[in-house]
Amino acid sequence: MSHSASGGASDIVWAPSASIDTLRQRAAVLAKIRAFFAAREVLEVETPSLAQASVTDVHLATFSTTFVGPGHASGTPLYLQTSPEFAMKRLLAAGSGAIYQIGKAFRNEESGRHHNPEFTMLEWYRPGFDEFALMAEVNDLMQAILGCPEAESLSYQQAFITHLGLDPLSASMDELRQLASQRGHGHIAEQEQHRDTLLQLLFCMEIEPLIGQQAPCFVYYFPASQAALAQLNAEDPRVAGRFELYYRGMELANGFNELTDEVEQSARFDEDNALRAAMGLAPVAKDPRFLAALAQGLPACAGVALGVDRLVMLATGKTQLKEVIAFDVDRA
Amino acid sequence: MANYSTNEFKGGLKIMIDGEPCSILENEVVKPGKGQAFNRVKIRKLISGKVLEKTFKSGESVEGADVMDTDLAYLYTDGEFWHFMNNETFEQIAADEKALGDSVKWLVENDVCTITLWNGSPIAVTPPNFVELEITETDPGLKGDTAGTGGKPATLSTGAVVRVPLFVQIGEVIKVDTRSGEYVSRVK
Repeated sequence: MSHSASGGASDIVWAPSASIDTLRQRAAVLAKIRAFFAAREVLEVETPSLAQASVTDVHLATFSTTFVGPGHASGTPLYLQTSPEFAMKRLLAAGSGAIYQIGKAFRNEESGRHHNPEFTMLEWYRPGFDEFALMAEVNDLMQAILGCPEAESLSYQQAFITHLGLDPLSASMDELRQLASQRGHGHIAEQEQHRDTLLQLLFCMEIEPLIGQQAPCFVYYFPASQAALAQLNAEDPRVAGRFELYYRGMELANGFNELTDEVEQSARFDEDNALRAAMGLAPVAKDPRFLAALAQGLPACAGVALGVDRLVMLATGKTQLKEVIAFDVDRA
Repeated sequence: MANYSTNEFKGGLKIMIDGEPCSILENEVVKPGKGQAFNRVKIRKLISGKVLEKTFKSGESVEGADVMDTDLAYLYTDGEFWHFMNNETFEQIAADEKALGDSVKWLVENDVCTITLWNGSPIAVTPPNFVELEITETDPGLKGDTAGTGGKPATLSTGAVVRVPLFVQIGEVIKVDTRSGEYVSRVK
C-alpha cells in the first residue's frame, strides 16, 4: 500500500495540477467577476466556511470536525459548508441588500472530471428579483466572462417533452420506468421507487448532453418535488421557482426564487430528514439560526450559486476541473 | 468473489454484468448539484467483446468477476481447440473458437499470448501487439513503388488479409500490428 515510504520522494507528486498560465487566466476571471458586481453595486461578503449547522439535503454529504477551545472545552461539532446559502440569507434578513460571495464550498463523496470535494463557488442574492430577472443577470455575467452567445431557456417540462416525448409533471412511475429502460437504464429503473431519482436519471443522461451545446441553456420551473429552497409557483404549484444553467455538457449554476416562509422551510427540512431515514442516512439537525432569520423576515429575493472552477474550464477550454485548480484533492 | 462499490470503479476493474464478466474501460461520475449521483461506465464484455455504456446509482455495489490474465505460448490447434502452454510450469490450457474470436488470424507458433481466464476457463485470447507472418497470396506489384501510396491486399499464412505496399511479394515475411491489423514493415 504505502510503498512511498521506501520508494522515497520520487513517488510524491508535488507539482500543481493546473499550469501557471491557466492560474493567471483563472485570476483574470475572478477579477472580471468582481468588476461585474462592483459595477452593479452588489456588496462582496464573506461568511464562515465552518459553521455549527449543516444541510438536510439527502444528496449532499458534509465534512465535519470538532472545535475545542475557550468556551468549547468538551468539543463543538463544526461543519464545512456545502454552500454559503444559510449565512448569506441571514445577512439579507439583517438588511444587507444585494450581496455576492466568492468562496470555497465543501462536499464529501464528490470527485471526478467535473468535481473536487473542495471547490470555488460564486453565490449571489438580489432582493426584489424573481428567478427570471436573475436568469437575465446570470446571462449578462456569462457573456461578460466568456463572450458566449445569448443563453436559451426552456422549462423543465418543455425539455422533457422536446427531447424525450414525455411530460415529467404528469407521467406515471411506470411510464418513467419504461422510458428509462428503453434508454438502457433498466438496471436502475426496475428497482427505483423514487420518482425524482428517475427524473434526475433521465435528465442527466438523456437531456443534459443535448442542451446548451452552442449557447448556454437555462432550464426553469423544476418540479415542486425538486424545489429545494425555492418557492413554489403561485399559478402552477406543480413547479417551483428554481432554475439551472447548462453549457457544453456541464451544470454551471442553480438558482431559486427564494423560499422566505419559515414554517414551509422548516417543513421541507423535516421532509428531507424523513427521506434520509428511509434511505438509511443519519438525520441532520435543522439550522436554528437560519430558521430564526427567516422568522424575522427574509426580503423577497432570488439567489444563485455558480461553479467558478467550471466557469474557468469554459474560459480556458480545459476538460477537467483539476486543470483549473492549483491542486486537486489527490495532490492537496 | 468480492463486491465492489461504485467508489471503487476504475479502468481495468473486472465486474459481473448480466451474468457476464466485464472490464471497466471508463468511469465517470455524473452528480447534479441537487440530486442523485450516477456513475456512467463504459465496459467491455469479456466474452462477446462488445463495448457498451451502463449507468449505476452511486453507492451501489456490483459483484466482482474472477478474471485473471496469464501469458502463455501458442502451441498448435487440433481443429477444435487451440493449445497454449505456460513456458515455466509447462501447464497447458486449451481455448475454443469462441474464446479465440478474431485473434485466431494472428496466432503464430511459440508466440506468447495473453489468455484471459474466468473462473479458470479461457474466455479471451489477446495476441502480441506485433506478429510476423508470411504472405501466401498477393498481386504482383510494380517495381519502384514506395510505402504509403494505397497498397494492395495480401493474404497471410493464417488467412488474415492486410493492406501492404505494392513492392511486397508472395513469400515475404511481414510485421503486422495486431491491434489495428495494419502492415508495419518487411522482415528481413
